[in-house]
Amino acid sequence: MPFMSTETITEVRGQVGIIRLNRPEKLNALNYNLMTQVIEALERFDADPGIRCILLAGDERAFAAGADITEMAEASLIDMYQRNMFGRWERIRRISKPIVAAVSGYALGGGCELMMCCDIVIASETARFGQPEINLGIIPGAGGTQRLTRAAGKARAMDLILTGRMITAQEAQAMGLVSRVVPPEQYFDEALRVCQELCQKAPLALRLAKEAVATAFETTLAEGIEFEKKLFYMLFATDDQKEGMRAFVEKRPPVFAGR
Amino acid sequence: MAKGFSTIDVAAEAGVLTITLNRPDVLNAVNEAMCVELGAALRTAQRDEAIRCLVLTGAGRAFCAGQDLRELQQEHERAAGGRELDLGWVLRQRYNPLIGRLRTLEKPALAAVNGPAAGAGAGLAFACDLRICARSAYFKMAFVDLGLIADAGSTLTLLQHVGYGRAAELCFLGEKLSADEAGRCGLANRVVDDAALPAVTRQIAARLASLPTRAIGLTKRALNRAWTALLEDQLEYEAFLQQTAGKTADHRAGLAAFLEKRAPQFEGR
Repeated sequence: MPFMSTETITEVRGQVGIIRLNRPEKLNALNYNLMTQVIEALERFDADPGIRCILLAGDERAFAAGADITEMAEASLIDMYQRNMFGRWERIRRISKPIVAAVSGYALGGGCELMMCCDIVIASETARFGQPEINLGIIPGAGGTQRLTRAAGKARAMDLILTGRMITAQEAQAMGLVSRVVPPEQYFDEALRVCQELCQKAPLALRLAKEAVATAFETTLAEGIEFEKKLFYMLFATDDQKEGMRAFVEKRPPVFAGR
Repeated sequence: MAKGFSTIDVAAEAGVLTITLNRPDVLNAVNEAMCVELGAALRTAQRDEAIRCLVLTGAGRAFCAGQDLRELQQEHERAAGGRELDLGWVLRQRYNPLIGRLRTLEKPALAAVNGPAAGAGAGLAFACDLRICARSAYFKMAFVDLGLIADAGSTLTLLQHVGYGRAAELCFLGEKLSADEAGRCGLANRVVDDAALPAVTRQIAARLASLPTRAIGLTKRALNRAWTALLEDQLEYEAFLQQTAGKTADHRAGLAAFLEKRAPQFEGR
């Protein structure tokens, strides 16, 4: 049964924890409460041993069309500094289970930044992406200038961030922001299918794989490769490695216990 | 339904939305108002679930003569004070969204080509899924007469319908392609006697409107899939090129010659 709160709807399907942004009348603009609920739901699912993968979705019209401007319009520097609204976003980075984003419609500003915090992005052909902050006299504040640059490269990040223009799902995929583009009717089901597929994998391997890929954005190549090697060896202490390799040799599907 | 439209006539009947380009005194030439109204009508066609087939046709003896050249000349003159008219901007603002909408409309779109379809008028017909032509109708890629590039998506859509050699011939020479020839090269799906066009169009539109619209819409999406992103790109590219062509001496010479009803002298620059 879905657990209803004001700004998000969470639901568990099998081993998938689903978080839906739920401010349809505001195109899921990210206000303080909504982000609190998203972060708390992510942490709750991350801590829940029954959950192996998290699905974060908006609705058909919007994943999230940006931050809630009305909350910030009249704020002073001191207000913004004390609210530290983006400080909490660091907690998303510490989620250890894979997060799949299902994106349809607008993923703009904070919505695009939230999407870039996710691990796999499934986008509808109708999805539109952008960092339009410049048009409001500000810049991205939740990691946009850093994550977009790392994902898409300097020239393309500058294009999007300095002009504020919107791009299509196809363009976003070509830039490396999006994993897969699917017909509009399928974006949620495909994201759920990917989640269910991940649920069949060895959870510890998933977790270390996510950590290793995330490290690529944080460190030098030599250190990253060193880190990867250690995580690789570490998995040989797990039952799942034995099961996975034996199943492969015995030509049968593996059953991972998460140990 | 037709309320508020001055350049087109829009009528919905039994699941068929018929848009009639309605400036017969100027052969249904497209002006800015017509672009706006066509955009609104196509949006309705897309959103209204009761509509299951679109018919695009012209009032009077022409299908559509393309861009209204008197309006274009006036816009050139108005812009003359320092800043030149950017034809790329005209395409991006007015024509490109229409071609995109016709091609992504997830319902069958039928052009009932009742008479001459020239320039962007031909582009509109090419962007439809099927073309039924009256025998006296013809297509004319008139852009070259004005020193311009073929636009309204036709550098892609015409190419799809007839192949490269024929498309190059039609665009370069700007000669009329009769309905019968259009039928032979696959550009026209049917060619019928002029008097029979309304009845045949009604019959095919009614048939299309009775079929599984969703499946047809999804089929259309699949048929277009390889082209959708390319069409967007191509429309944008046409706008770039038209911006360049719009600044040539030959364009101004072609436009002046047309308005003065004489043959143009092109200097190749």
